[in-house]
Amino acid sequence: MSDPRTELSQQTEWMLAVRDRRDRQAFACLFDHFAPRLKGFVMRSGSSSHQAEEIVQDVMLAVWRKAASYDPHRAPVSAWIYQIARNRQIDLVRREKRPLPEEWIDDTGSEPDASQILAVEQEAGHLKAALARLKPDQREMIEKAYLGELTHHEISTMTGLPLGTVKSRIRLGLERLRHELKALEP
Amino acid sequence: MSSITHHVPDAMLAAYAAGALPQAFSTVVATHVSLCPECRAGMEAHHGAGGALLEDTPEATVTQGTRDAVLALLDMPFVPEPVYERRGIYPGPVAELLKGQPPQWKTLGMGVRQSILSETRDGSVRLLSIPPGQAVPDHGHNGIEMTLVLQGSFTDETGRFAAGDLEVADETLEHTPVADAGETCICLAATDAPLRFRALVPRLLQPIFRI
Ligand SMILES: [Zn+2]
Repeated sequence: MSDPRTELSQQTEWMLAVRDRRDRQAFACLFDHFAPRLKGFVMRSGSSSHQAEEIVQDVMLAVWRKAASYDPHRAPVSAWIYQIARNRQIDLVRREKRPLPEEWIDDTGSEPDASQILAVEQEAGHLKAALARLKPDQREMIEKAYLGELTHHEISTMTGLPLGTVKSRIRLGLERLRHELKALEP
Repeated sequence: MSSITHHVPDAMLAAYAAGALPQAFSTVVATHVSLCPECRAGMEAHHGAGGALLEDTPEATVTQGTRDAVLALLDMPFVPEPVYERRGIYPGPVAELLKGQPPQWKTLGMGVRQSILSETRDGSVRLLSIPPGQAVPDHGHNGIEMTLVLQGSFTDETGRFAAGDLEVADETLEHTPVADAGETCICLAATDAPLRFRALVPRLLQPIFRI
């Protein structure tokens, strides 16, 4: 049995195989893992089963097509797919394109940094654990928030959320961004 | 590296990440994030929380037809979505609304100019250009107003706002932003209700008085 701290998660391995080698087998594995969760997730915010299948199709195709922009140093696969799914669902509902920030492209040409990727995965694990500790009503609120069902005002009045864990992710992300910014300096 | 001191409030960043922020405000947040590594990291952290929930969502069976369709489409050629590059002081999300063109300025008097980028029932996005030392025209806003500095700086009762800084004001904030000395201050401003410049009224009445 290998030390889990030195092994990337299966999802990350699959995603990197798709990104770097256009590996269809790995994509099928990603599909089988994420598509049923995505469908369940999308249906929670009121999409019909049929509509949800369409969104799943769009999102999974986008995963294949946008794979080049996936950066495991910055986000776990689930976070990257969550963001694609929310964009797709909003574009469909509002019938206009949601404004997105400029893409942050890490063109520093640096080698993959396994310890950073593992740190991102570890933080994702902490977040998952924090969510599991929530009381049912808190859990429901946070689900609503991330399904886009609460206004920013409603979110600002929420208490008892695992915000500390979100904050540690922010620190981690910042560290990485600072590292990249430094590398970009002349 | 980054000298930004006024950021997107965290609840707003979460709402943006979840897609619950009105379109006009989303434009301002997307623009600020384009300029601010700290808020980009914050946004990505919220994506991380969303992703953790996604991982944890009970599965719903996806039909074999959908799976087959996706796998069959992998080789289909596709047109990537257009990417709008930063244009001078205008980050990608603003360049997109400008459709890659320079702003079409309209004068509001006293050297103040505006360029409306989008205006709907649900809100407006505009660029404001304020000469050094000049106050932003007196304007009422019912809901929330977000102002992001793209060039120069302004100061009001709550502090000083320089390039990249974001001010979020609700109706309770009586403020008079004044552009600081130096460069012309150019801001991206969004409201969730139509904005009315009171200073516009006398100007509109002028032709009548001239008759
Ligand atoms: Zn910021």
